[in-house]
Amino acid sequence: MSHISPTIWQFLVKWMTNFALFPPEASKIAPQMDALYFFMVLVSLIGLTIVVLLIVAFSILYSKERHPVAEQIEGSTLLEATWTIIPLGLFLMMFVWGALIYFRVFTPPANAMNIYVVGKQWMWKVEHPGGQHEINALHVPTGRAVQLTIISQDVFHSFSIPAFRVKREAIPGRYTTVWFEATTPGTYHLFCTQYCGTEHSHMIGDVVVLSPEDYRKWLASSTSGASIAQNGERLFASLSCAACHNARPDARGPSLANVYGAKLPLASGGTVTADDAYLREAILNPSQHVTQGYAPIMPTYQGQVSEEGIISLVEYIKNLNSDYRIQQTLNTTDLLPESEQTAAPGAKVPATKGLVKP
Amino acid sequence: MSESTIVKLPDQSTARIPKMNYLSKENGILSWLLTGDHKRIAILYLISLSFFFFIGGALAGLIRLELLTPQADLMATDTYNKVFTMHGLIMVFFFLVPSVPATLGNFLIPMMIGAKDLALPKINLLSWYLYIAGGSLMLYTMATGGVDTGWTFTTPLSTHYVNTNVLTTGLAAFIAGFSSIFTGLNFIVTIHKMRAPGMTWFKLPLFVWAHYAASILMVLATPVVAIAIVLVALERTIGIGVFDPTKGGDPILFQHLFWFYSHPAVYIMILPGMGVISEVISTFSRKRVFGYTAVAFSSVAIAVFGFFVWAHHMFIMGISNYSVLVFSLLTMLVAVPSAIKVFNWTFTMYKGSITFETPMIYAFGFLGLFTIGGMTGVFLGTSGTDIHLTETYFIVAHFHFVMVGGMLMAFLSGIHFWWPKMTGRMYPEKISQLAAVVTFIGFNFTFFPQFILGTLGMPRRYASYPPEFQILNVFSTAGATILGVGYLLPVLYLVWSLKYGKIAGNNPWQATGLEWQTQSPPLTENFVKMPIMDHDVYDYEWLEAQQEKEKEVASAR
Repeated sequence: MSHISPTIWQFLVKWMTNFALFPPEASKIAPQMDALYFFMVLVSLIGLTIVVLLIVAFSILYSKERHPVAEQIEGSTLLEATWTIIPLGLFLMMFVWGALIYFRVFTPPANAMNIYVVGKQWMWKVEHPGGQHEINALHVPTGRAVQLTIISQDVFHSFSIPAFRVKREAIPGRYTTVWFEATTPGTYHLFCTQYCGTEHSHMIGDVVVLSPEDYRKWLASSTSGASIAQNGERLFASLSCAACHNARPDARGPSLANVYGAKLPLASGGTVTADDAYLREAILNPSQHVTQGYAPIMPTYQGQVSEEGIISLVEYIKNLNSDYRIQQTLNTTDLLPESEQTAAPGAKVPATKGLVKP
Repeated sequence: MSESTIVKLPDQSTARIPKMNYLSKENGILSWLLTGDHKRIAILYLISLSFFFFIGGALAGLIRLELLTPQADLMATDTYNKVFTMHGLIMVFFFLVPSVPATLGNFLIPMMIGAKDLALPKINLLSWYLYIAGGSLMLYTMATGGVDTGWTFTTPLSTHYVNTNVLTTGLAAFIAGFSSIFTGLNFIVTIHKMRAPGMTWFKLPLFVWAHYAASILMVLATPVVAIAIVLVALERTIGIGVFDPTKGGDPILFQHLFWFYSHPAVYIMILPGMGVISEVISTFSRKRVFGYTAVAFSSVAIAVFGFFVWAHHMFIMGISNYSVLVFSLLTMLVAVPSAIKVFNWTFTMYKGSITFETPMIYAFGFLGLFTIGGMTGVFLGTSGTDIHLTETYFIVAHFHFVMVGGMLMAFLSGIHFWWPKMTGRMYPEKISQLAAVVTFIGFNFTFFPQFILGTLGMPRRYASYPPEFQILNVFSTAGATILGVGYLLPVLYLVWSLKYGKIAGNNPWQATGLEWQTQSPPLTENFVKMPIMDHDVYDYEWLEAQQEKEKEVASAR
């Protein structure tokens, strides 16, 4: 090997030691998806082999030298039926098998741990329920179902973890979800796979799979001191949501305690289930989502709350079982317009509502 | 060279280029620019298409060069984004969509059905001018800074976030769309109204059937992308908010509108290529196409089903699980007619009398690559595996196998096959066989590694990538170099053959189509007298009898 220049040699060694042909399987769904993948590879190979063998065989058997005069054949209904029905059968089998996997990937189990992901040009922001924040990284434990609730703050992105065989589009203005259960500790690629502008190829990161114990340690060491719901409570107060949503007899807005998951009657008729998507919409476009018995007086918070802020508010509302704490804050606050006016007219300027960053 | 052509015609040794033909009838640049002759317009298209293919190909070369190393080092990421966007736009709208229909289709459909011209010659010329207008605008866009939305114009990226020439690009695609609509319209009217006496629907060559199916798609689907582009333009300029979630719009709606065109568009691209393959395999097997009606109807089936599968581009985009189910099932159904075609083409060779001229070698390449491209399409149509494979290099490899491995192979096959008819001269056989083989090898080297890259999860449209993907990317770039040589060779020897090629005679391939029963290059009016279709399609026995008769007449003289 002495005649190979050392630079090239170095390159070759680097490539050979750092060369991948198949992605690692690090989630529960990965082996299932790979089984279907290899089944399809097998069918394709058999199909391709049949076509190529036929072409080669016919080329040899019926070349002009061997077979100077062609026999005119119309066709054959039997053969047509054969190569209609067999591929159709195989394709339908793949369809059913694939659909089973698809439904498994997008139907989370009830006990899944929810992690929020916000995509923006050009980074992934991850929020754990305990308030741990990550950028371009995602720490998850093995052996536990993890659901990602994904939204984009600007353009389409797509959250892809090849080692888990899962991927989900991050869509502006809409929550999407995907779930997985990691099986093997390690560090895996995280890609944005939907083209999103200049730095698209830098919107990458690491998915770190930890054993449950390491994950607990990581959570403890990365805590920011407040959970998402606690951040939400702060935001709830600073946006003066409690001015109306306070469950007092004269309250102008509905009580939010235990509202999550409930069926709400709408002013426009019909009912709606108060899920993440509905709550998000009700904050951003309140006049479109007024519940029965209330006037459409809530202002929009479009542009005032970031997607993370909305996530915090929604998580707060999710965990809100009583209005006790809200009413407690009311007694000690002067955020109510009435109390401002009666206390000292003109003396206090209401806090400016800028973009609230939790 | 002449040994490898099928038979030496009695007249081929003495053949001359006829004095009167569509090329010699009038001279001067204006006679070309104001022509209504479908054959001259086809030549205009061929030249302009080749020009755009060259630009698109050069951009592809830049992409492959950039991906030689994991870092974005050859160009800035912005530049890379513009390069792949322009590559996609030019190749899709200015090469693949018009490629076979506007050149071969334009040249041959009237001749195949025994007509003097297309039904609407001036509309035909107009569609070329629209193509040129759109193309020039696209080049202007590229020269003044390009565009970086991806050829898919995804909102809200295209409407709110990029500062490049989205509007002029949209306008260019919009104009090119009308060119495509007019071509499709012209074909439909011509095929319905201009067939020669005796030319019933089931005597039409399969090339015509395939173009008929593609034309329906052009006319019905293209307006939808035009609407989508207009909405993007309105959203970008005055902010109407159809696609903007902050105004109550829905960005998913754009995806629906865009793919409602862009999925049928892949059938607009591939169907005419399938038509070419039917003609070529039949001619070089000396045999009628196996299961003629099955092949004809499978073209129509592809066109019909092709309209109802668009949402398979959106399986992970938050459409409901149940619509995923429906669209995945329909996608499986559209895969079946393609399988039917492949097996029918293969069985056309059964008990034939096969020769291996260049068009046939390209057709073999088509069969192999299209089979791979089609099967990998099933990987993506299957909802479960699509989750992992979509938006990666797997999808890039898949559509290049269908579009480049399938369509471009068919295009080159067709160009070689009808070159003697178009120019009156043969291309050099040996070197073109070599070019076909080089193209095939280069193609596989370029795109096969991309299937593995996609399976590994390498996302598409990345200027930089993790280092463990490098070796496969190096393979791919090396293959692209070979592929480049494979494409350059035909340009050289075809131009050479215009002056030095052997004179072809009327029917060098002994093919049965009406286009071969007249002089090469043809008269402006195509036929001396209106042909009467008194025999079956792909009727090689009729052809033989016809030649016997001619010999008798010649010896009696």
